[in-house]
Amino acid sequence: MNGVETVRVPLPRVDRREVLRYAGCRRSTPDMEALLTDCLQETDGLFTGQVCALTLPVTGTEEGVWLGTLYVPSRLLAETVAGCSRAMVFAATVGHPIDRLIARYSRLSPARAVMLQALGTERVEALCDTFCATRRVSPGYGDIPLSLQADLFALLEPHRHIGVTLQQSLLMTPTKSVTAVTGIKD
Amino acid sequence: MDIRTYMQENVLLLDGGMGTLLQQGGLQPGERPERRCLTHPEQILAIHRAYLAASSRVITANTFGANRLHYPPEELEQVIAAALRLARTAAREAGAERFVALDIGPTGRLLRPYGDLPFEEAVEIFAETVRLGAQYGADVILIETMNDSYETKAALLAAKETCTLPVMVSNAYGEDGRLTTGATPEAMIALLEGMGADAIGVNCSYGPAQLAPVVERYLAAASVPVLLQPNAGLPQTVEGVTVYDVTPEAFADAVARQVQAGVRVVGGCCGTTPAHIAALAHRLQGIAPQPIQPKGRTWVSSATHAVTLGETPVLIGERINPTGKKKLKAALVERDMTYILGQALTQQEQGAHILDVNVGLPEVDEPALLPAVMEEIQAVCDLPLQIDTADPAAMEVALRRYNGKPLINSVNGKADSMAAVFPLAKKYGGVVVALTLDEQGIPATAEGRVAIARRIVETAARYGISRENLLFDPLAMTISADNHAALTTLTALRRIRQELGCHTSLGVSNVSFGLPCREVINSTFFAAALQEGLTAAIMNPGSTAMMQVYHAHRALHGMDDSCADYIAFAATLPTAAPAVPIAEEPASGSALQEAIRKGLRAAAEQEAQRLLTTVEGLCLINDEIIPALDAVGQGYEQGRVYLPQLLMSAEAAGAACEVIKDHLRTQGAGHGRCPVVLATVRGDIHDIGKNIVKLLLENYGFAVTDLGRDVPPETVVETVCRLHAPLCALSALMTTTVPAMEETVALLHRRAPDCKVMVGGAVLNPEYAAAIGADRYGKDAMEAVRYALEVDDTWRQ
Repeated sequence: MNGVETVRVPLPRVDRREVLRYAGCRRSTPDMEALLTDCLQETDGLFTGQVCALTLPVTGTEEGVWLGTLYVPSRLLAETVAGCSRAMVFAATVGHPIDRLIARYSRLSPARAVMLQALGTERVEALCDTFCATRRVSPGYGDIPLSLQADLFALLEPHRHIGVTLQQSLLMTPTKSVTAVTGIKD
Repeated sequence: MDIRTYMQENVLLLDGGMGTLLQQGGLQPGERPERRCLTHPEQILAIHRAYLAASSRVITANTFGANRLHYPPEELEQVIAAALRLARTAAREAGAERFVALDIGPTGRLLRPYGDLPFEEAVEIFAETVRLGAQYGADVILIETMNDSYETKAALLAAKETCTLPVMVSNAYGEDGRLTTGATPEAMIALLEGMGADAIGVNCSYGPAQLAPVVERYLAAASVPVLLQPNAGLPQTVEGVTVYDVTPEAFADAVARQVQAGVRVVGGCCGTTPAHIAALAHRLQGIAPQPIQPKGRTWVSSATHAVTLGETPVLIGERINPTGKKKLKAALVERDMTYILGQALTQQEQGAHILDVNVGLPEVDEPALLPAVMEEIQAVCDLPLQIDTADPAAMEVALRRYNGKPLINSVNGKADSMAAVFPLAKKYGGVVVALTLDEQGIPATAEGRVAIARRIVETAARYGISRENLLFDPLAMTISADNHAALTTLTALRRIRQELGCHTSLGVSNVSFGLPCREVINSTFFAAALQEGLTAAIMNPGSTAMMQVYHAHRALHGMDDSCADYIAFAATLPTAAPAVPIAEEPASGSALQEAIRKGLRAAAEQEAQRLLTTVEGLCLINDEIIPALDAVGQGYEQGRVYLPQLLMSAEAAGAACEVIKDHLRTQGAGHGRCPVVLATVRGDIHDIGKNIVKLLLENYGFAVTDLGRDVPPETVVETVCRLHAPLCALSALMTTTVPAMEETVALLHRRAPDCKVMVGGAVLNPEYAAAIGADRYGKDAMEAVRYALEVDDTWRQ
C-alpha cells in the first residue's frame, strides 16, 4: 500500500570478526570462537532478511530536510541527502526468532545470550549493507531526533509489511531491526 | 436473514481493497485512511457503492485502524460513527440481505513479553472500537490481517466480551506459512475455534495462488466456515505507484477454485478492486457451497503450534508442580523464575509435548503467580501448557492470558466444579481434563467411573462444550491399598474410550504409591494403559523407564516411521562404560578453579561434587570458587577477559555453587552473604544486564531475590522491608524509565532508609545516578559485586 515496497533480501555470510567485536571481544580467542560456532549452528536458517521501503521527494537546506510532507530538523540528514531529489526511507529486520532465543538464554546462559545479541546485530547490519550500499542515517544518530522513528513508522507501516512494531519507548520489536534514510542520486 | 444463518446456507461474498482505492483518491503516505470518513465521505460512499454494485454481500466499514492508539476519544467516536453511517447508507440503498462489517486491524504494537503492550490493554483498545462499532450499527465484526496470535486472541476476546455480533477472524501468513510471531495455521485454528469465532481464515500477504497451501490446511482442520481474502498478487512499485499483478479474471478463477474446495467466505485484500469482486461474483454463479464438516479434533496449542491428542501418545511433563518438591516450592515462594524455566526447558528437551503448570501453595497469591509463571514459560518455551489449579480465580486469569488453547486441569463430576469450570472453558477455549469423581468420592468400580464420565459429557454439552474438548482421567489409585485398583482404572479407561468415544489421560505414578522401586510398577502400568488406548500421560519425562515404554510403544504400534525416533532415543541411553574418568589424585582446588576460569560448566559441577567428599561446602565457595571468580573478574576489569568469557565462568561457578547448595541443604547449614533485592524498574522490560548481575551476586554467595522486569516501586520497597535487605540494585535501559527509577530510589530512601541503593543500565552514568539519589552507580557486573561485598561487610558488623 501507499507505494511501500516489500522485499526479501538474501543475507550475506556471517562476518565472525564483526560478531566478536559486537560481543566485546577485541581479539579472537579459541573459547569465544567455539561459542560463536555453537551459536551459528543453533541459528542456522533462523534469520530471514526483510525490508520495506518508500521513496519520497526530498528538498533540503543546511538546517533540515523535507521528506515528502515531513520536516526533519537535522544537519546530518541534510548532509546525507545533499544533491539528491529523492530519498528512500526503509525498515529492515532479520525477524522474531532470534529474540526468542536471546530471551531463553538470558535466563539459562547469559554468555550465550550476549553472543546471540552480537550475532543478531551483525545480521541486521549486514542486511542493511546489502540492501543499501549508500550512506544511511537513522533516528537518534547525531542530531537526528529519535522522534523521527514514530514518523517513519507512520509512513512505512512496517508492522503490516514485515512485522516490525514500535514500542512507546521508540525501540523496535523484533529488536534486530533498523530504520534508516538514504539519498537517491539521480 | 441473520448473517450466521446466511453463512450456513451460502457462500458469503465480501468486498475488496479499500487502501489502494483511497490512495488513487489522493491518500498520502502517513495519512490515516479512516479520517477520510470525515474529510471525504463521498469518496468512501462511492467505494462502498461500487462494491455493492459488484455484488458484495458484506461491505467493510473504513475502520481498519480506528482505535484509541491512533485517535483521541472524541474523534474516534466520530470516525467510527461516520464510517458505519456511510456503509449503512450504501447497504440500505442496495436492498435486503446486505451486511456491514466493523473492520479491525492490528494495533501496530506488539504485545508483551516481546513488545510493550500489556495484554489487557490490547483487549481494552479493541473493546472500545467494538463497543462503538456495535453502537453505530455493525452487523458483524471482521478482525483481519492479524500477524500475531496473542493480539488476535485479544481482539477476539474483546469482541466476544463486548457484543453478541458474529465475529470473523482472519490472519496474515508469511511465506513460511506462519504468522510473524511464529504461529502455524493449526495453532490459530485451535485457538480461534476454541474461543468461538464464527468464521476463520486468511487474508493479505500474497495472491490467491501463494495462499493456497495455507487455505488447504484450514480446510483440512477447521469446523467453522473458512474465509479467504487474498491480495491481487504481489505489489510492485512503478513510478512511485503500487500496482498488483493479478487481473480480475485470474483472481476470480483462483478464488473460485478455493470455494469449490470448501472455502465459504471470500473477498479481496490489498490491490483488489470492484472489478475483481464483480469477476468473482460472476465466476461463483452456479457453484454450490461445500458443506462444512465438523472435524472433531481434540487439540491444544501454544503461541507457535498445535498438539493433537489421539494420534500418538502425548506426554505431559509433571515437574512444575510443587507437591513433594522442596526446591520448586522454594523457587515459587522466592519467585526464582530461572529455576522454574530451567525445569520447563529440561522437560522439553527430554521429550515432553505439553507441560503441566501448578503453583498451588498456601503461602502464594495464586491468581497473581500462576499467570506470571505461565507468561514467563511461554516467553522461552513453545510447548502448550496444562493450566493446573483448584482456584477458579487463578484459572480464569491464566486462561485469559494464555497465548493459545490450553489444557485445563481440571473439572470433576461435582456440580459446583462443573459450574465453576465449564463457563470458563467455554469462554476462553481449552481442552478440559475431567476426573471421574463426584460428591460421593471416587467410585470403586469402573462402572461408577464411566457413569460419572457420562454425566460430565452431558453437562458439558449443556454449556456448549463438545466431547472432543474433554479429556477423561479415570484416576489411577495405588495398588498397595487395593490390589485391583489398576485393573479398575484400565477397565474404566477402555470403556470411556469405547462407549463415550472420548480421549483419556492418567497421572500414572499414583499407582505405585507406597511401594518400593516405583518406576518398575509405573512403567509397566503405563505400557498397559497405552495398550488400552490411553491418549495422554502426566509423567516425568526424565524417567528413563517411562520414556523407554513410550518409545517402544510407538515403535511397536506403527507410529514411528523406520523406528527412527526409537533409534535416536536408544542412542541417548547410557552405556556400560563410565562417561568421564574420575581423577585419582588427592583433592585439590586447582581443577575446580581451572574449570571456572575456563567456563566449563560440566567440569566445574563434577569437580565440586568430588571435592565435597573431603572439603566443607562453605570452604569450597570461599577458597576455590570466589578466588577463581576474582581472578576472572580482574581480568575483565583489565580488559584481558571479555564479557561472554566472564559470563561463562560465572555460569560454571553457578553450576558448582548449585551442587554445593544442594549438599548444604541436606546438611541443614545456613547460607552465606546478605540478602540483595534486584529489579528492572517499572515500565522497563530489558533484563539481560540485570540477569548478569544476579548470576555474579549469587556466585559470591548473596541471597538474591530477583523481582524480574517492570516492577512497581511499591513492590521493590515491600520486598526490601520484608527481607531487611541492606542492598537493592535497580536496572533501567531506557531514558523513558529513569523517572520510574528515581521514584523507586526516593521511596526506598523514605521507607527503608538503611537500605543502600545501587543503580545500573545503559542510560546511566555516575553523575546521573547521584542526581536521582542512588548510593552507588554500578558500571558493570563486577563493580556491582565489589559494592555488594562492601555493603555485606558493614552488614555483618
